[in-house]
Amino acid sequence: MELAQLSLFNQAVLVLAALALLTSFLMLAQGRKLPLIYTYGWQGVLLAVTTALVAYVTGHTHLYISAVLTLALKALLIPWLLHRLAVRLNVQRENEPIAYPSLLLLAGAALVVFSYYVSLPIVQFAASATRNIIAVSMSIVLLGMLLMITRRRAMAQVIGFMSMENGLFFAGVVSTYGMPMIVELGIAFDVLVAAILFGVFFFQMRASIDSLDVDRLNRLREVDE
Amino acid sequence: MTALWLTLLIPLAGILLLAFVGHLRAAGWINVVLSGSTFITSLWLALTVFDGGTLISPGRMLYIDAFNVYLVVLTALVSLTTAIFSRPYMRHEVETRRLSGRRMRLYHSMYQGFMFTMLAALTTNNVGILWVSMEGATLATVLLVSLYRTPEAVEAAWKYFILCGVGIAQALFGTVLLFFAAERVIPVRDDALLWNVLYGSASQLEPTVLTLAFVFLLVGYGTKVGLVPLHNWLPDAHSEGPTPMSAILSGLLLNVALYSLVRVKMLVDGSLQNNLAGHLMMGFGLLSFMVAGLFLHRQRDIKRMYSYSSIEHMGLMTFAFGIGGPLATFGALLHMTVHSLTKSAIFVTVGHAAQIAGTQTIDKIRGLIMTQPSVGWGLLIGTVAIAGFPPFGVFVSEFLVLSATMKSWPWLTVPLLVGLAIAFAGLFRHLHPMVYGEVPEGQKPVRANMLPVMLQLAMVLWLGIAIPVFLAKWFEQATILIAGSSPL
Repeated sequence: MELAQLSLFNQAVLVLAALALLTSFLMLAQGRKLPLIYTYGWQGVLLAVTTALVAYVTGHTHLYISAVLTLALKALLIPWLLHRLAVRLNVQRENEPIAYPSLLLLAGAALVVFSYYVSLPIVQFAASATRNIIAVSMSIVLLGMLLMITRRRAMAQVIGFMSMENGLFFAGVVSTYGMPMIVELGIAFDVLVAAILFGVFFFQMRASIDSLDVDRLNRLREVDE
Repeated sequence: MTALWLTLLIPLAGILLLAFVGHLRAAGWINVVLSGSTFITSLWLALTVFDGGTLISPGRMLYIDAFNVYLVVLTALVSLTTAIFSRPYMRHEVETRRLSGRRMRLYHSMYQGFMFTMLAALTTNNVGILWVSMEGATLATVLLVSLYRTPEAVEAAWKYFILCGVGIAQALFGTVLLFFAAERVIPVRDDALLWNVLYGSASQLEPTVLTLAFVFLLVGYGTKVGLVPLHNWLPDAHSEGPTPMSAILSGLLLNVALYSLVRVKMLVDGSLQNNLAGHLMMGFGLLSFMVAGLFLHRQRDIKRMYSYSSIEHMGLMTFAFGIGGPLATFGALLHMTVHSLTKSAIFVTVGHAAQIAGTQTIDKIRGLIMTQPSVGWGLLIGTVAIAGFPPFGVFVSEFLVLSATMKSWPWLTVPLLVGLAIAFAGLFRHLHPMVYGEVPEGQKPVRANMLPVMLQLAMVLWLGIAIPVFLAKWFEQATILIAGSSPL
C-alpha cells in the first residue's frame, strides 16, 4: 500500500490515528499527574476530530453525534473531573517515578507490533481507509493496559483505564463507522458513571489507607499463610 | 409482552424509590415486595413463553427464548429469597457496624439496580446492550463491596472495579469486532448487533474475524464468570461485601456472564463450523475447576472458601458448555440452576453463621449445630448438596456432565473425578469443626429466617430426585437451541 496513493482524507485519518497512538506513548512515560491528565484530554480531542472527519467524508451523519459526545465527555468532562480531583486530593504536583522508562517504551512498541500482527488476518476485510485503524486502536487498548500495570498510583491507573476506553471507542468509530446509536449512548453513560465512581473511590481509599498508592492495598491474599 | 416490560420496569422503579426511602426501617420490606413482584411477573412471562414460544418485543429491543427465560425466573427467584434474608441481616449489620442511613439508601437502591442490569442483560436482543448491562452490573455493585469502608473492603472493591473493568473492556473490543463482521453481511446497520438477526446469518459471518472476536469476548465475559486466571477479584469481592451481595453475585452475576458467553459461542459455532470455541471453553473451564478446588484447602475465611467453590462450579459449567453435545449442555443448564439455588442458600446461611460467631474466620466459627440448629444444619446440608452428594440436584447434573465427558473425551473424566474429590475434601475438612466443634463460651443464636434456605435446598433435592415435567421440557428446548438436538 503506497501511502501517497491514498486520498487526502485517508492520509488525514492515518495521521490522526498516529497522533492518538503517540499520546498513548506520552502517557506511558509521564510521571506527573497534571500533564498526564492533559495528555489524556488531547487524546480525546484527536478522537473527536477523527470521528468528525470520518462523518464528513463518509456521510454517516450520526457520527457527528458521536464526535460531539466524545468531545464533551472524553476531551472536556472527564479530564476536568480528574483535574479537580487531583487538586482536591492535593496530588497535582506529585511526580511518580517510573522504573525503566526506556524499557517500558520498548515494551509499548512491541505491543504495537503485536497488534499489527494479530489484526493482519482481519485487515484485508476492512475498507482501505481504515486498514491501520484496527491495529492502532488495539494498540491504544493494550498501551492503556500497560499503563495500568506499570503504575502504582490510583490516578494513573484510572487514566490507563479511560485511555483503554478511548481505544475501544476509536475501533468502533473508525473501523465500522460507529456502533448503533443506542449502544454508543449506553457505553458513554457507563464510562461517565465509571469516572464518577473512580472519584468516589479516591476519597474512600484516602480515608481508609491514607494514600492513593495501590501498593498499599495488600491485605487480601489468594491463600492465607 | 406486558409481563416482559413489567419484569424490567419494577426493578428500575425500585432504584429510584429506594434511593429516597432506603434508609427507613420499612425499606427491607419494600425491597422484598419489589423483588416478589418481579418474581411474579417473571413467572407470568415464563408462562407466556411456554405457551407461545420465542418472543421478540415490537421494537426488537428484547428477545426471549427458552434459554434466557428460565434464567430470568431463576434470577428473580434468588433475588426474592435473598431480599427476604437481607432484611433482618442488614438490620443486624446496621446496629453492629453502625451503617449510616445514606449507605442503607445506597445498598437498597443498588440491590434493585443490580437486579435491573441482570434482567436487562438476560432479556436484551442487542449484543451491545448486553455489554452495557454487564458493565452496569459492575458499577452497581462496586460501591456495595466497599460498603463497610474497611481497608480490606476498599481494596476488594478497587480490585473488583479495575479487574472487571479491564476484563469487560476486552469484551467490548470483541463486540466491536463482531459488529465489524456482521455489518458486512447484514444490510441494515442497526440490525447488525441483534441476536435474532445474527443467528439467522451466522453462517455468512467471516470466520477469521469471529475467531478473534470470540477470544476477546471469552477473556471479557470470562473475567466476570471468574475463570482462572482472571478470577482474582471474585473471592475478594465476595468476602468483603455484605453477605446478601455475595449471595447474588455468586448465584446470579456469574450465571449471567456465562449466559453471555454461551450465546456468543452459539453464534461463533454457526460461523466457524469447527469446535474452536468449545475447546477454548473446555480448557479454561477445566483449569478453573482444578485450581479452585486446590485453593479451597488453603482458605481461612468462610466466605472466601465458598467463593472458590463458586469458581470451581463455574469452571465445570464452562467445561460442559464447551463439550457442547446435547447431554453435556443439558447437564450444564441443570447445573446452573442447582448451583445458583444451593450457593445462594449457602451464602445466606454463612451470613448467619458469621453473625453468630462475630467473625468470618473459619477457625473461630465453632459448634453451630449446638448454638443454633437451623443454621448449623442449613450449612451442613447446603455443603453436602454443593459437594455433589446424591440425592441432591448437583449430583445429577455433575453425573450428566461426567457421562457426557465419558462419551466424547473419555480421558478427561479422570481429572474431573480427581477435581471433584479434591473439592469435596477441601470443603469438608473446614466444615466439620464449624458445625460440630465445641461451642465457644457466650455464643448466642441470632434472629434468622431460614425458610428461604430450606425452600431452596428442598428445590435442589426435588431436582435431584425427579425433574418436574415442565422444567424438563424447558431445559430440553434450551438444549435444542444451544446444542441443536435433544438429549431425551
